[in-house]
Amino acid sequence: MSLRTPLAIAQGLGSAKSGVLHWWMQRLSAVALAPLSLPLIMFFNLCFNAPFQETIIWLQHPFNSACLAFWIILAFYHAALGLQVVVEDYVAHEGVKIISIGLIKLSFALLAITALLAVIRIIAI
Amino acid sequence: MAEFILPKNSTLTEGKTYKASAEATSVRLFKVYRWDPETGKNPRIDSFEVDMDKCGPMVLDAILKIKNELDPSLTFRRSCREGVCGSCAMNINGKNTLACTKAIDSFADTISIFPLPHLQVIKDLVPDMTHFYAQYASIKPWITTQTPAPADVERLQSHEDRAKLDGLYECVLCACCSTSCPSYWWNSERYLGPAVLLQAYRWLADSRDEHTGARLDDLEDPFKVFRCHTIMNCTDTCPKGLNPAKAIAETKQLLAKRQLG
Repeated sequence: MSLRTPLAIAQGLGSAKSGVLHWWMQRLSAVALAPLSLPLIMFFNLCFNAPFQETIIWLQHPFNSACLAFWIILAFYHAALGLQVVVEDYVAHEGVKIISIGLIKLSFALLAITALLAVIRIIAI
Repeated sequence: MAEFILPKNSTLTEGKTYKASAEATSVRLFKVYRWDPETGKNPRIDSFEVDMDKCGPMVLDAILKIKNELDPSLTFRRSCREGVCGSCAMNINGKNTLACTKAIDSFADTISIFPLPHLQVIKDLVPDMTHFYAQYASIKPWITTQTPAPADVERLQSHEDRAKLDGLYECVLCACCSTSCPSYWWNSERYLGPAVLLQAYRWLADSRDEHTGARLDDLEDPFKVFRCHTIMNCTDTCPKGLNPAKAIAETKQLLAKRQLG
């Protein structure tokens, strides 16, 4: 049984003075991802239906490769932010929570870098 | 992890059945959650048949009749019986509401009554509100000013500024909204919950208060505010017809405005 007052327990460690940017960037990236998905769908269409060379030429157009690279950065960023919220919601154990969020951030950064390198390799062909 | 299954000692069992007298023509069945910490037994569901010809129209009337005539050990909070004190908040047929303003006729069949969800139960329908009230105290729910009050008049407010408090000041802190919120269930230690956030916004929206910045500083936290994912259970369940989800959205907007604007 704790002898701390209910108010002390409710106040805890106080406010972290953050959270606004996480919340805002999650919404901003979601809004940006909606139109950016159109070039991605076109790219997938080419992947499955067009010859290899035609797909490469399409992707080598600066606008298309920029869109794809931007989509990759935003999608993994958005996913990392979203998964962090899921962990914060459902994982009660502080240690597990902090380590999970760290792993999420690192994993998605690695995935984004890998995907970007793949795009660069393809357009350099 | 968040717990999704009841612990063994919380699993419900079948309780006693109280039959109505044979002459009763209009009978309604009330199934009520019972738990007595002193018996060490699991909680049970008691069934009470209530003669509606001799009972008032609201769910609270039926509960009072049960306590007065069928089982005096039934424990619950009540006071004003007209929806301004917030004491008789409970879960009636799956929805948190005030027993005193909920008509028995608004339900077709059996009425199941449980304490507010996801709070520690003290006895029967009485949950432990200590942490909820402490969270309320933590947002400093009183006017804070640096400018001294005028000597001969009240602190004045325009009609427009006063109107901004409509839909906020009516909150009676019954905790129906907070205890209906999944985010509050999983993270009530740190998440303030819709009721307390509505109250916090009531002071952010008050034109006479001079500590808006400090109030926002205190709220700016991934857990205190940003556990709200606009689930809207709060607005759906509020027995006073208020909109805590909107108050939280306004608070988020203020927080974003001062950082991005």
